[in-house]
Amino acid sequence: MHSTMPPSATIPPRSRRPPPSRRAFRTVLPGFGISLAITSLVIVSLVIFPLAVLFLRAASLGPAGFLAAAWTPRARAAYAVSLGASLAAAGMSSLVGLLVAWVLVRLEFPGRRILDALVDVPLALPTAVAGLVYSTLYVEKGWLGQWLVPLGIHGAYSRLGIVLVLVFVSLPFAVRVVQPVIESLDKDTEEAARLLGASRSQTFLRVVLPGILPAVVTGFALALARSLGEYGSVVFISGNMPFKTEIAPVLIVSRLEEFAYAEATAIAVVLLAMSLAMLVVVNVLQQRLVRNSQ
Amino acid sequence: MASNSRWKKSLLNFFHLEHYWKHPLFSAVRRTGQRLARGLRQWSHSLSKAATATRLSELLLIAAAVASIGLLIVVPLASVFVAAFANGPRAWWEAIAHDPDTRHAIWLSLTVAPVAVAFNTIFGIAAAWLVARFRFPGRTLLVSLFDVPFSVSPVVAGLALVLIFGRQGLFGPTLATFGAKVIFAWPGLVLATTFVTLPMVVRELIPVMEAIGPEEELAAVSLGANGWQVFWRITLPNIRWALLHGIVLANARAMGEFGAVYVVSGHIAGATDTMPLRVEKLFQEYRTPASMAVASVLAGLALVTLVAKVVIERQLEAESKELEAARASDAGTDPTTGGDLS
Amino acid sequence: MSIGVHGVSKSFGTFQALENVSLDIPHGTLLALLGPSGSGKTTLLRIIAGLEGPDAGRIEEDGQDITNRHARQREVGFVFQHYALFRHMSVFENIAFGMRVRKAPAAEITSRVEELLHLVRLDGLGARKPAQLSGGQRQRVALARALAIRPRILLLDEPFGALDAKVRVELRQWLRRLHDEIGMTSIFVTHDQEEAFELADEVVVMNHGRIEQRGKPDEVFDKPATPFVMDFLGNVNLFHGRVENGRAFWHGVPIDYPDYPHAQSRPARVYLRPHELDIARTGTAAPGGLGGALAAAAQSLPATVVRLTRTGAMTRITCQTGDASHELHVDLPSAVAREIAFQPGDSVAITPRHVRVFLPDPEYVI
Repeated sequence: MHSTMPPSATIPPRSRRPPPSRRAFRTVLPGFGISLAITSLVIVSLVIFPLAVLFLRAASLGPAGFLAAAWTPRARAAYAVSLGASLAAAGMSSLVGLLVAWVLVRLEFPGRRILDALVDVPLALPTAVAGLVYSTLYVEKGWLGQWLVPLGIHGAYSRLGIVLVLVFVSLPFAVRVVQPVIESLDKDTEEAARLLGASRSQTFLRVVLPGILPAVVTGFALALARSLGEYGSVVFISGNMPFKTEIAPVLIVSRLEEFAYAEATAIAVVLLAMSLAMLVVVNVLQQRLVRNSQ
Repeated sequence: MASNSRWKKSLLNFFHLEHYWKHPLFSAVRRTGQRLARGLRQWSHSLSKAATATRLSELLLIAAAVASIGLLIVVPLASVFVAAFANGPRAWWEAIAHDPDTRHAIWLSLTVAPVAVAFNTIFGIAAAWLVARFRFPGRTLLVSLFDVPFSVSPVVAGLALVLIFGRQGLFGPTLATFGAKVIFAWPGLVLATTFVTLPMVVRELIPVMEAIGPEEELAAVSLGANGWQVFWRITLPNIRWALLHGIVLANARAMGEFGAVYVVSGHIAGATDTMPLRVEKLFQEYRTPASMAVASVLAGLALVTLVAKVVIERQLEAESKELEAARASDAGTDPTTGGDLS
Repeated sequence: MSIGVHGVSKSFGTFQALENVSLDIPHGTLLALLGPSGSGKTTLLRIIAGLEGPDAGRIEEDGQDITNRHARQREVGFVFQHYALFRHMSVFENIAFGMRVRKAPAAEITSRVEELLHLVRLDGLGARKPAQLSGGQRQRVALARALAIRPRILLLDEPFGALDAKVRVELRQWLRRLHDEIGMTSIFVTHDQEEAFELADEVVVMNHGRIEQRGKPDEVFDKPATPFVMDFLGNVNLFHGRVENGRAFWHGVPIDYPDYPHAQSRPARVYLRPHELDIARTGTAAPGGLGGALAAAAQSLPATVVRLTRTGAMTRITCQTGDASHELHVDLPSAVAREIAFQPGDSVAITPRHVRVFLPDPEYVI
């Protein structure tokens, strides 16, 4: 779970450790009791308890009831759309994120700081606004749609549209995780590789990429986690057609609006399990990568 | 190769791309692109100076990055304002101020977000203090629990709240006998927003507090300060920029939260619609210009957030540099008043 | 204020930082806790300050048990290794902090801070921020801040560790004078023996959470009680020899060692300090040269000069034993060395004026 840490420009590099005396002040500094009380109260009542209720409610359906609620053809299609679109979006975010992070760190050009600041727009812009805007941009009469729709590219009310908004929503995660790692890369090793006769692409693939791959994977995981759960932007652009462009969160909401709580809960549990499984897979992958690069 | 083409095919199927992948116009574009790339490569090879080639590939990279950000972020952002003001500022103002439901949505957002952020600030400070200043069993588990809201879909979070406080929920009947309402009401909105933004402040504070270390606080204690004095006079001034950073980001997310709030609000116009919900409702009612107007307010807020973020980050950077300097270069002597001890 | 440490133990997880440490510090003493990192000296200091609680044992102040007294109430002046100055406060506010939290009247605070600024030679710098000060100045602000609450004891954790050599020496002498003026019981932690010996009334050498030796600087330097102290003080020639019948053998050269009269031969460590060795040219028996008369004595070792290194007032002569198996160092005043004019390759006889022999202690690990 630790890999779901949000990206932040203020995370200090891993090497900067607190002074070694830190383990020794338990009894002297004030506020252990009250901070423990506040923290556990909030975590228990706002995180553990609601999720427990969710799981208990799903468990109360019984195995057969759960399957009947969570494994309908429409639900299966929604999982597939959610998973496929999220994977595609996370992949695209990782690629674009790597490109943008690299350019921001390594290259000097006018407007670099503005570009850097713009990367954070999706963190600050409400996702509903993003969804609204994307849908109007890519419809037939939209700014971009007027060029793309004649080519047969439908960026609105399609799976492509889902992927596009998910890339928008998850891009900052992909950039901000990779950026500090590129900053901390040792330029000397690259120069050494070049001096040893490696071409630019060889240098990138063999020297640079192994160093930043774990961070890219972390960014991928964050983007994926964000994409799987995203609702606000997708609901505008997807058209929400069952079996085609309906994602799991949208299905949960429409079940809720029919007051089919049991079914909504069952689907929610599957969605949770899916994002959890994804995180586990990505964490394992990342650990392997880290081990390999050492 | 076989599996490769199968992948390609399923990808194409997934996005309904197959019909334009073979579209004559598209393949013409593709071929032109390939030819252009080949030409560029030959041209850069023909240049004798390696530096020029490097510079060229740099330019290409920059162009690609700028194009991605432009297409993904700048164009949409700009189009909000263009669309919002398409009918002139007057129409914009009327859409914002003359619709009572929209006015109420703005008011509701302005009351929900600060309360949720306040909760998060208190929680964030307490949790960061706990985790960055004490070692105790279960600490690592606790830290990973902080992140859970980020990996739970907001819709699922909202659903969980409905299961607890809804009419058929766990506490629903009890609440009903007291006439209290959480779901489809203000408290539900606050709870949902708090859940979604829960990790944001604490995540900002932990690394900063760990980097600062406990020494200043210990010094204050040894000088006789009590808990509150330590907090207000030492800790808070030291973490103020990180705290502000977290608050600004949490506030932006709180103002813009859609999924969780959508589920618990029941989106009753003029009662439980926040600004993002209002955007959606107007859009569904085919009142896109009004929807864009509200969206432009939110986008404006996002820009303000962004500027604040940049300013705060500059301060944070300066402070962390100062801290590093204080740790590293203690050995330096000040030439003006260095050795005046005789 | 006298301090008593009685049977104090402390561990962090599996790491034993202090093991049954007892120590009495009379009023007015300036005491140095000397040891390598990880020896427990800082932990002991922090326990005395109340910044950490001992797992076992107790701390007394004038015979009164203060083990459970909170750091806030101990009225201890503590100077942190990296000073821990409040970064966002001015120098003035840093020094005033202890009085502010005690709600002292403003006028009293002002006059006390001015007085302390004068004491630490920082007059007129009260408005500065810590970041605008040099390392030595920050150190003095930290000291003034600790003194502002009129502490009963003053504790300093590596007070000069982060300063450059010149400032360090100045501050050291200044701190000694300050201590003599105020006359307060003070304890400081250091890993620098020179600092400990120059500054302290008494030195406590620590290793692996235990006290190896305690005594006046001269005592500790001249009579190291354990091999560890000998090693830690450094700058020694160490040989592995044997002892039997009241004599220790060093490369076959017998040395009187009455502490071991037994006939059974045992391995031993022989320590020779470079400045406690006499050296003389053999063959050309230099008339009037230092130690010339000793050259013929039975207890001297034949060796060859390898090189001469001048370090200021002293010259270090590196020699090789006759069988070329060991190197050893001899320190001579440079003037003497120049007079004798040793050359690499000279045959010399080395005679110890003073030898320390330690029988192996199974628990002793360097």
